[in-house]
Amino acid sequence: MRIREPFKLIAIGALWFWLIAFALLPNLLVAVASVLTRGDNEFVVFTLTLSSYRRLLDPLYLDVLLDSLWLAAATTALCLLLGYPFAYLLTRSPVRWRPLLLLLVIVPFWTSSLVRTYAIMIVLKTQGLLNQTLLGLGLIAEPLELLYTESAVILGMLYTLLPFMILPLYAALEKLDPRLIEAARDLGAGKITIFLRIVIPLTLPGIIAGSLLTFLPGLGMFYVADLLGGAKTLLVGNLIRDQFLSARDWPFGAAASVLLTLLMGLLLWAYYLSARRANRGLP
Amino acid sequence: MSEPVIELRNISKTYGANTVLHNVGLQVESGEFLTLLGPSGCGKTTILRLLAGFEKADRGEIYIGGQDMRVLPPEARHVNTVFQSYALFPHLTVFENVAFGPRLKGVRGGALREQVADVLRMVKLEEFAQRKPGQLSGGQQQRVAIARAVINQPRVLLLDEPLSALDYKLRKAMQIELKQLQRRLGITFIFVTHDQEEALSMSDRVAVMNAGRIEQLGTPRQIYETPDNLFVARFVGEINTLQGQVIAVAPPRYDIRLHDRVFNLKSQYAFAVGDPVSVLVRPEDLRIWREHEGSDEERAHLFPAAVEEVVYKGSMVDLIIRLDQGDLLSTTQFFNEDDAAIMNLDFRVGERVFVDWVHDWEVILPHED
Repeated sequence: MRIREPFKLIAIGALWFWLIAFALLPNLLVAVASVLTRGDNEFVVFTLTLSSYRRLLDPLYLDVLLDSLWLAAATTALCLLLGYPFAYLLTRSPVRWRPLLLLLVIVPFWTSSLVRTYAIMIVLKTQGLLNQTLLGLGLIAEPLELLYTESAVILGMLYTLLPFMILPLYAALEKLDPRLIEAARDLGAGKITIFLRIVIPLTLPGIIAGSLLTFLPGLGMFYVADLLGGAKTLLVGNLIRDQFLSARDWPFGAAASVLLTLLMGLLLWAYYLSARRANRGLP
Repeated sequence: MSEPVIELRNISKTYGANTVLHNVGLQVESGEFLTLLGPSGCGKTTILRLLAGFEKADRGEIYIGGQDMRVLPPEARHVNTVFQSYALFPHLTVFENVAFGPRLKGVRGGALREQVADVLRMVKLEEFAQRKPGQLSGGQQQRVAIARAVINQPRVLLLDEPLSALDYKLRKAMQIELKQLQRRLGITFIFVTHDQEEALSMSDRVAVMNAGRIEQLGTPRQIYETPDNLFVARFVGEINTLQGQVIAVAPPRYDIRLHDRVFNLKSQYAFAVGDPVSVLVRPEDLRIWREHEGSDEERAHLFPAAVEEVVYKGSMVDLIIRLDQGDLLSTTQFFNEDDAAIMNLDFRVGERVFVDWVHDWEVILPHED
């Protein structure tokens, strides 16, 4: 044990350094910036004020928040609808195929999501792959307006975030004991009853984890809305980026960022509570 | 006899290249406690899963209550299962677990609460209704599994090694409880186990299985005292085998030579002179004579041997002895207040003894390789 002490110290030290340097400090800087004042020549002036937060209460920004919540929620719901059957089929596929199928889910991560979003543009644009194909097949007479719509934004986010939904769902479904399903059938339950009363409740931790992993990034994702939505709808992510990069209003961008972080923290806390409740009583 | 509640006809089942059931036929009477006994992989659990409807037979028919089961899914059968690992729903309370079946039949409100309370009282768990399975001990989970099954009043209750996860004392207690429960409910029990002691002590009849076949079907006594073949004899309890040869025939009695001695023994089988046979004797039917016991005349019929191992077991002593001819035999000697000579069971390793058995308690079977 004694020999391993220095290693333990270094490992824990490195972890703390990492968390402090790359998580705590940046967030602290943002939090501090949010209560400072915008300067004309510098980014911030050291005058304490809550005016940035007051500005956030403007109905205009409430709309931005609601739009963002709606987009993230719609994406999450679609991810769940697509991801659940996918994860279920994954657990039902032959064991020797599963590593390959899981790999196919993960492969897109190897390319930058920005590049993949451009790829979607190429598919969706008026002279794009999809329109060309549909025209060629004679299914449509003239190109569809696909790009720069809300549907395109949701499609892009869905594409980017779907793996984050599938993986936790797969983990939860994989853990589900098939004997419980046999027991339910034995007691007279049909397929729908089994799904609603056994499968859903027992995979709820996976459902919640997957939903958080798609909903939270979905809130902050700005480049998808920019590229596929034509920057028509302002989202929280875009707002924050614009304040820092274009408008140069750091305190306001920081305040919006703090608000978003708090919202996410709240959701994570709710997840923690529900997971603790779900785990209680489990063997 | 009334119509059997369960009938299997010529059931065969294979998994890939592996045949797990060969032409199995079985009839079970209503209200019977039947045990499927056999080593793992003998097909006993497959029979249970066929009855529950989780597996389909490749060939043959299954009738439950006279109804052809081939097209009936598990959820439509009047059969319930107590699973080996209990398979309790971990997210539901004991009450909700037990209420699962009745709810599906549309029982609600007061009637449901009453039914569940009745069954929980029967398995002595009424105070645990609001607990989750994870907060119960193994024995309590076992009881919930039984309650969850019997509340549906099935025609047949299938039990898949339900006691195997419990410790020895609890298992003993649950054996008695299960037997009492079965008598009270009058439900047919099909009980699967690899524990021969459990099978003998609980069942009305036992089907001993091996490699996908039923080797013998009979009462515990028949199985133990008159095994049909060497497999049954060896699987159900411990048994000693002596190889011999028939030298004279006068059915039902035969003169059989064992080593250099000849015994006149009875058998249900017909043998011819010269047939090789196995003479089987249970450990408790072997008699040990110490060096100073018995007259020379008696000793003419005894095998000389030496004690190789002494295992003290409280109410009895197990001895491993080796005949001078080489056979290794296992014996059980009970402490007996009526017999002062045998009461003293302090055998030493290496001690010289003589062995014979209580005649007519042996079983003679054709020799098998």
